[in-house]
Amino acid sequence: MKVLSLNFLTCAVKACKSSSSSYPLHPRDAELVQDEIEVNPDMLVNVLPRLDWAALRTTSSELGFPPLPEQPPTQEELRADDKLVRDLHHLLLETQISEGKLVCANCGHEYAVKEGIANFLLPSHLV
Amino acid sequence: MDGYGVWSLEEVHDGRGGGEELEGGGVDADVDSPFCVVQLPSVDAAKKLLRRSVLAHSIHELWGTAPSLSALHPIIQSQTAHLWPRYKDCSFKFVVDAYQGAHSNKERLAIIDTFSYLPFDGPIRMSNPDETFTVFEFWPFNSVPLKIQHPDMVRLGRFVASSARDIIHRYDLKKRGYISTTSMDAELSLVTANIALAAPGKLFYDPFVGTGSFPIACAHFGAIGWGSDIDGRSMRGEGDNKAKSLPGNFAQYGLKPQLGGFFSADLTNTPIRRRRTWDGIVCDPPYGVREGLKVLGLKNPENATWLIELGINEWQSPDYVPPKKPYSFLAMLDDILAFAADTLVDHGRLSFWMPTANDEEQEIPVPTHPCLEVVVVCVQTFNKWSRRLITYQRLPDSQVSSSDLEAHEKRRREAAAAHTGTTADDLNPFRRGYFRKFEAEAS
Repeated sequence: MKVLSLNFLTCAVKACKSSSSSYPLHPRDAELVQDEIEVNPDMLVNVLPRLDWAALRTTSSELGFPPLPEQPPTQEELRADDKLVRDLHHLLLETQISEGKLVCANCGHEYAVKEGIANFLLPSHLV
Repeated sequence: MDGYGVWSLEEVHDGRGGGEELEGGGVDADVDSPFCVVQLPSVDAAKKLLRRSVLAHSIHELWGTAPSLSALHPIIQSQTAHLWPRYKDCSFKFVVDAYQGAHSNKERLAIIDTFSYLPFDGPIRMSNPDETFTVFEFWPFNSVPLKIQHPDMVRLGRFVASSARDIIHRYDLKKRGYISTTSMDAELSLVTANIALAAPGKLFYDPFVGTGSFPIACAHFGAIGWGSDIDGRSMRGEGDNKAKSLPGNFAQYGLKPQLGGFFSADLTNTPIRRRRTWDGIVCDPPYGVREGLKVLGLKNPENATWLIELGINEWQSPDYVPPKKPYSFLAMLDDILAFAADTLVDHGRLSFWMPTANDEEQEIPVPTHPCLEVVVVCVQTFNKWSRRLITYQRLPDSQVSSSDLEAHEKRRREAAAAHTGTTADDLNPFRRGYFRKFEAEAS
C-alpha cells in the first residue's frame, strides 16, 4: 500500500467519520518496501492540491522520513523544485507498506495489511 | 467499424482525453453503415481524434462520394485536381474495401485501373507505401447471395491514421494471466476507460475491482488505477504463484508504475475519505445474477447474536471473514452516484455499467444525482435485456442547485427506508426479471 493511498483513507467505521482523530490512520509494525518507479512530475503537480498536507506530514514522520515543510508548496513551486519532486515521489509512490497494521486513533480499530493489501472489512458489531 | 454502431461515434466524438479539445463537428452517419463522415479542421486533428479510439477503425481524407464508380470519376476530376501534385512522386497503393460485397482479384484490379488518370508517377508499393488510397464500396445487405450487381455508394479516400484498435488484442482476456468469471472483456474495458477520459497523471478508482480489468485499461491510457473489492481473494490471487493475481496482471502488461493500490472494502462502509480526489471512477457493479450483490452486515441481526459475538472476539484473527447480507440494487446505484459526487474532482467522470430489461414496463431508469450531469449513455442489447454504459461528469458546485440537492437527499432517505426486503430477489428487480425471463410479474 502506497503512502499516497494512505492519504486518501480514513477509518471505515461510520461513527468515526465525524471525529478528526480518525484521520490519518496510523501505521503500526509497518514493514516498508521500496519500488523503483520513474518520476512523473506532471502527476505529482496534478495530485498536490488533493493531498491533505498535515496528514501527509504526520504519516511521513511516523514512517521515519525526514520532516516535510510545514506548508505545502504551490503547484508552480513544486514544478520548479526538482529535489522536492523526487522526495515526494519517493515518499508517495515508491514507498509501500507491505505488512503491518493501520490504526484508528479514535476507535482503536486495527486494519491489517498483508502482501500490500489492506483489509477494511468490518465485523458486524461495527457496521 | 464494428458491432457497437453509434458507440464509436460517441467515443470518437468524445475522444478528447488528455485535454485535447477538438473543434469540428458536422458528423454524418448512418447506424447501418460502417462509414461516418466528419468535418475536422485539419489532418492533425483527425490523427488526434483517432489516437485513443478503440471502436473506430481508421480515418481517411474524403476525395469524393457518388452512387456509382462511373459517377465518382467526374467528381474526383473536378474537385480534387488541386491535391494531385502533392502525391506526384511519393510511393502509393490502391485498395478496394467492399462492405457487404465481394470482388475477385481481377475485378479489384479493374476498379483500381479506372483511376489511371491520376498523375501519380511514384512507385507502387504494396507494403508500407507513403500513401494509401482506398475505394470504399457500400453494398446492400446480403448482396452476395442475392447476386446484386452494383454497390449503393462508392467513395475514394486517402488514408490518414489508424485507431488504437489493435490494443484490444494485447489486453485480450484469453491471454491474461489471471481472470475470473465476471472479468470485463478487453474492448469494453478500454472503451470505458477512454470515455471516462483516463490519461497520464490522472487518478482512477474502481470500487468493484475483481481481477482489475478497468484499472488495467485506465493504466493503459496512462492513468494510475486504484481498486477495492468486498472479496479480498479476487485481488490476492491464487496460491503462491503471485503471477496469478491483480498485481501480476499489471506486471504482465508492464503497467506496474501505474498501479495505485488495492484494498478490501465495501462501498457502503468505505474507508475512502469524502474528499474530491478522483479524476475518474469506473466500474461494473455486481447486479446479483452471476455475482451476488452483498454488503457488510447481518441479514437477521436478532437471530444471529452469536455471529456478532464471534465478530467481537475473532475480528483480529487472520482467518476471520465478516458476515455479509444481500443489498438492494437500486440503493447500490444511489450509493455509487453519491460516492462519485463526493469524491470526483470538478469535471471528473463516473462511467459504469448497468443492466436493464428491454421491456418498457420493467426498464430501470438511468439513475440521477444533482451534482452529476449525464454525458452519454451507450447501450449493448442482448435478447430480453441490455446493459448500458452510463457516463456522468461532476458539475462544479457553483452549477448545482442546493434545493435540488436537498430534494435528492430526501428522496434517497425515503428510498432507503423502502428497500427493506431481505432476500436477493426482493431487493433486486433486475435479478427478479432475469430469472423470470422478463415475463410480466404476477401481482
